[in-house]
Amino acid sequence: MSTLLEMSGVSVTFDGFKAINNLSFQIGEPEMRAIIGPNGAGKTTFMDIVTGKTKPDEGRVTWGDNNISLLGLSESQIAREGVGRKFQKPTVFEAQTVRENLAMALKNPRGPFDVLFYKKTKRGAERIEALAEQIGLSDSLTRPAGELSHGQKQWLEIGMLLAQEPRLLLVDEPAAGMTPAEREKTTEMLVEAAKTRAVVVVEHDMEFVRRLNCKVTVLNEGSVLAEGSIDHVTKDPQVIDVYLGR
Amino acid sequence: MNRSFLARNPSVMWFIAILGLFTLLVTVFSEATGTGLISTSFVKTLGKTLCLCLIAIAMDVVWGYCGILSLGHFAFFGIGGYAIGMWLMYARTETIVANSLAAQAIPPTPAELSDAVASQIFGVVGASEFPAIWMFAHSLPLQLLMVVLVPGLLALVFGWLAFRSRVTGVYLSILTQAMTLALSLYLFQNDSGLRGNNGLSGLQNIPGFEETPQAMISMAFFWASALALALGYVLFAWVVSGKMGSVIRAIRDDEARVRFLGYHVESYKLFVFTLTAIVAGIAGALYYPQAGIINPAEIAPIASIYLAVWVAIGGRGRLYGAVLGTVFVTLASSWFTGGSAPDINLGVYTIKWTDWWLVLLGLSFVAVTLLAPQGLGGLVDKLKGKKA
Ligand SMILES: Nc1ncnc2c1ncn2[C@@H]1O[C@H](COP(=O)(O)OP(=O)(O)O)[C@@H](O)[C@H]1O
Ligand SMILES: [Mg+2]
Repeated sequence: MSTLLEMSGVSVTFDGFKAINNLSFQIGEPEMRAIIGPNGAGKTTFMDIVTGKTKPDEGRVTWGDNNISLLGLSESQIAREGVGRKFQKPTVFEAQTVRENLAMALKNPRGPFDVLFYKKTKRGAERIEALAEQIGLSDSLTRPAGELSHGQKQWLEIGMLLAQEPRLLLVDEPAAGMTPAEREKTTEMLVEAAKTRAVVVVEHDMEFVRRLNCKVTVLNEGSVLAEGSIDHVTKDPQVIDVYLGR
Repeated sequence: MNRSFLARNPSVMWFIAILGLFTLLVTVFSEATGTGLISTSFVKTLGKTLCLCLIAIAMDVVWGYCGILSLGHFAFFGIGGYAIGMWLMYARTETIVANSLAAQAIPPTPAELSDAVASQIFGVVGASEFPAIWMFAHSLPLQLLMVVLVPGLLALVFGWLAFRSRVTGVYLSILTQAMTLALSLYLFQNDSGLRGNNGLSGLQNIPGFEETPQAMISMAFFWASALALALGYVLFAWVVSGKMGSVIRAIRDDEARVRFLGYHVESYKLFVFTLTAIVAGIAGALYYPQAGIINPAEIAPIASIYLAVWVAIGGRGRLYGAVLGTVFVTLASSWFTGGSAPDINLGVYTIKWTDWWLVLLGLSFVAVTLLAPQGLGGLVDKLKGKKA
């Protein structure tokens, strides 16, 4: 397992408030990692930094085999480097069909003229079918994504992420608003994905995290409070104090 | 653009068929080529309306599909008109001046001829020399190139600056209004090199076709406008139908999300903005020879706002909606402001439609936006839904 993403000494200030404070973080490939922490701990901001949405005031973010810096890259460049992101709220393109959503995400050249002259291929169609199968939406390919249930939208978004074939998958609170059965299926998808790539899951739900069965990083006030197995961190007195004890 | 594209988009076939039928009817009833039931001036009105439909579908692509509410596309339309107008005016004046000088004992040198043409064209603004921007005015091919090049480059530079700084929404709309206002104010100046508020005139006279009656010239421009509209429609339908259409609609609905999919959103916006600006320029180049005159008032900010109103009333995000909206609003406008609409006597106050038309239009715009965002195009969708 080699290091894929390394963040060191990163800080972000919003209007004088330190949302991320000297944060260091590492993830290998393949690896599954859960990030937990109270509301406002900086979990979403962490993802914003990795994906290029927020530029940190200081610190380094390096990526890949050649340790390139992600800080100078735009959101779309970072995405093309192989970072996929799932947002807290399900964000799929509701006016478009499930197939269109997946087709847009499919790993292909991203330039305007590549897209303008894009020809549908048999391979692409097969890939879409396979993904739809994987996320349980085979029968819904021609439905507008807006018609899907909340859980199905979450899965479609995960399907879109997989279609991008990212090396690192960032998933923000996937289980929120899901039924227990949906949660179980989501866990399976993420565990499967983590077999071949790095996956970071931010989650509030302890049961969900326990089932991911992976190393856990606890964030608090913008820095790492504890790191280790779920049993290790849940026994940590500091963690109990700021988070679990409430 | 293969056969399967048209097969997959029956609405394009329908549009071409209806436009073809309309063109045939106008041809059969015109003065030049038919019974004369339709007057030449009305043929011009119809031809101009087709050009407005062309810029309207361009507006629909940039706004309805890509979500960029440009309130400056009439600037590109006007530039197209000026570009072709420069050649029309130059070539025609040159013929006239050459003819009058030919009567002299000593034939004029090229320099004398050019000076005489310049003072003829620029006398109204107290100048007698060709400004640099008239450099290519003697050449039709070069000015035709300008019809696409100038709007395209302006859109490219403006769009690059605006999109790169991530200016969106209402701020972008204001910026595009500022662009068209600045251009129009600049052109109003006498030393702009384009005859200030006089604009360019006599554009209905086509050099080389002095003997051809206006009825025939109008007919030719009508055909050209219909062809341009058909080609523009097919082009845009193709652009918005495939994966490109998918990406630009996604940009309209959630551009941040599209970025995280790895698409460089700014390039897509720039592509759409520039392509539609070029089509707007072509539409303008076909429109103004039919109008006969172009002046800076044509690209006042209000013109681009009207364009948005047509598209909104016709229904955003469907190309035929833009055409419906344009035809409906321009017809209604000429009916209400042309004095055909009966005044309404309320006893204490008489509603004169010439004064109240704009109010009515404004109210319709608000009503459509709030109550029926699908616009007139929504009616077509309903009909289609019933049949299916
Ligand atoms: N764009 C922003 N502007 C100002 N404050 C922000 C911004 N984004 C996040 N914050 C603040 O930073 C802190 C961390 O937020 P966030 O990363 O969303 O927390 P979490 O996802 O762990 O709940 C919060 O206090 C939040 O209010
Ligand atoms: Mg969060």
